[in-house]
Amino acid sequence: MDDPLVIAGREFGSRLIMGTGGAANLAVLERALVASGTELTTVAMRRLDASGGGVLDLLGRLGITALPNTAGCRTAAEAVLTARLAREALETDWVKLEVVADDQTLLPDPVELLDAAEQLVDDGFVVLPYTSDDPVLASRLEQVGCAAVMPLGSPIGTGLGIRNPHNIELIVARASVPVILDAGVGTASDAALAMELGCSAVLLATAVTRAQDPERMAAAMRAGVEAGRLARSAGRIPKRFWAHASSPAVG
Amino acid sequence: MKAKVNGLERELADGSTVATVLALLEAPARGVAVALDGEVVPRAAWETTTVPDGAAVEVLTAVQGG
Repeated sequence: MDDPLVIAGREFGSRLIMGTGGAANLAVLERALVASGTELTTVAMRRLDASGGGVLDLLGRLGITALPNTAGCRTAAEAVLTARLAREALETDWVKLEVVADDQTLLPDPVELLDAAEQLVDDGFVVLPYTSDDPVLASRLEQVGCAAVMPLGSPIGTGLGIRNPHNIELIVARASVPVILDAGVGTASDAALAMELGCSAVLLATAVTRAQDPERMAAAMRAGVEAGRLARSAGRIPKRFWAHASSPAVG
Repeated sequence: MKAKVNGLERELADGSTVATVLALLEAPARGVAVALDGEVVPRAAWETTTVPDGAAVEVLTAVQGG
């Protein structure tokens, strides 16, 4: 595998992690997932009678690893229970940890998040926390043993892109686990920017599933992530204030 | 006896187990998990764990999300 994404010792060929929320139906979701090239995709845990079943069969058929999340949880206790239920149902100890503070912003609750992360790491989980773009909190999450940190670019579902690129760079500069930009991506240039800033991967859902053409947008995101990764490793030119001629000045 | 299953009150036969409740819900064999009064019941214990009167049983599965 060329340039794999490595999380907790496991390699992935794709650096685009998808969510499954927001798709009009499973057929649309399937075409988008295939176009994205993703190998790791989130699912939520809900009561058995709720709508939206069948997604596990779809991921299984496509050979995509399901990553359960704790979406909807407000406290560490709720998130820990949800993670344990997901481990039982999906037979995986990987979890995307989400503990949000309120419905209006869906911003992470840092106190509950850190508490839940610590409990789940102690319980043997591979914890991938959805966090704010605070470099200090990202460090704390890494210190308690999270396998990656997943800062937001902007609030979930807003499509506002990366509001504080410098914070993402600061998180990348100090992290020794993968930094995965999670939430806020609206279009392919946002995904490319995340990779140019040094993120190891991008996690997105709404930007694809609610696009007018989800399959086409999924292909765009895939290309954006790949372009950004290449540009980061290629070493960009320094920014200059004045012009710098690219043609010979004499002759 | 009564128990609250996924938020709905249900009449259950005395001695009902977690497996009884799952059969009642026609739960699939894979991809589900059960919490009894806020504690996870491992799959291996479904047949032997009885549901006490007034218990809250949550049966979860994976859906589209995130």
